[in-house]
Amino acid sequence: MKIEFTLNGEKKHLDVHAATRLLDVLRGHFGLIGVKEGCGEGECGACMVLINGRAMNSCMIPMGNLEGKNVITPEAFCQSERGRIIEDAFMEAGAVQCGFCTPGFIMATASLLNANPDPDEAQIREALSGNLCRCTGYTAIVRAVRIAAGKGAGAC
Amino acid sequence: MLDGYLPAKLSEALDMMAECDCIPFAGGTDLMVQHARGSGVRPCFDKTLLFVSALKELKTFDLMGKTLRIGAAVTLSELLENAATPQIFKEILRQMAAAPTRHMATLAGNICNASPAGDTLPYLYAMDAEVILQSRNETRVLPVADFITAPKRTQRKNDELLTGIRIPAAEFNVESYRKLGQRKGMSLTKASFLGLASTANGRIEDIRIALGSVAPHIVRSRKIESKLTGKNIKDIPGILQELQKDYSALIRPIDDARSTAAYRKQVSLRLIRDFLINCMLKKIP
Repeated sequence: MKIEFTLNGEKKHLDVHAATRLLDVLRGHFGLIGVKEGCGEGECGACMVLINGRAMNSCMIPMGNLEGKNVITPEAFCQSERGRIIEDAFMEAGAVQCGFCTPGFIMATASLLNANPDPDEAQIREALSGNLCRCTGYTAIVRAVRIAAGKGAGAC
Repeated sequence: MLDGYLPAKLSEALDMMAECDCIPFAGGTDLMVQHARGSGVRPCFDKTLLFVSALKELKTFDLMGKTLRIGAAVTLSELLENAATPQIFKEILRQMAAAPTRHMATLAGNICNASPAGDTLPYLYAMDAEVILQSRNETRVLPVADFITAPKRTQRKNDELLTGIRIPAAEFNVESYRKLGQRKGMSLTKASFLGLASTANGRIEDIRIALGSVAPHIVRSRKIESKLTGKNIKDIPGILQELQKDYSALIRPIDDARSTAAYRKQVSLRLIRDFLINCMLKKIP
């Protein structure tokens, strides 16, 4: 199937099997390894990307569903002003240990702040409920999102 | 066989459904998991995937009189963001999966997946919701409760596309939804309970009870509900045992990875009691 979509601001044309997972295209074809395969069934959030501004798990997206969509991966997002603020906030809060889940958490944070620039703790916890972290115990991650929101990551 | 097809409009999708063996594919959050083959490997489908999530005709969401009409490509997140979605329905949606899945998944998909654990189903059964099925030459409307015939089985014919859902409006002053899962986020349901009632002057005018994940189908009994309609709330405790016995005959759970039949049965009967006693008795003037 011929697919045209935007990846990190650039138009891409691909001829791929319709059921090919976006995750495999990002890692295998484009070498974008910020997305990780954790569970492969949409539970852990390690493969999260932004599609039209909303966080989605790339392991559950077949290329056939991507026509005309705008995909942002952690690599490009962290180059943006908002990405830099969120990344700094994760470091400041000590929200990173092994780092495997971190790109996904940053995507989930971006998606939340897109929709709600000033979330309360319950809203943060709900927005992060699709991401698993086995190191930090989440408290530091929730704090990181609050710091990022406080520094205006939702406004830029 | 074509691997996938992206129709530009609904009529083209219906032509495809008529002419080829297709799997209608919207959010795909169940389909991708069901057809997964492991890490780094493309999922395997034995039919052409018909991608319908971008069809404008299926993205509609409106009120026709008092009936909510939801297009088959409307996502759960879009339902949560719409002011017309009833609060109790939002509460149910908020407890489904997590945001990234809700950004993709659709109500139509939850119906077509036809799992007894489908989290929107108790609500759709309780509200007498209907599905709209379209083929090239015909449109038919079926109650969701008739559309789903067995676990994983529906009345959808090979050339039909589920294009929309209709939910008739109803007002309730007692609403209770309880979902029991292993944890709050991303959990599949062990048992779920929905109770809706409207009362006036201490009398029950309308009551609907639906349970999920505790039988091969969603449990809802108009016969038992009719025993309560018209009754004074203060008379409920006197018939509670009889009602629980009636429901007990309908609750036929299984043991599986998520829970046991014994737990599901006991907790369901307690949720029914909690609703009929604790939630309803508060409404005695």
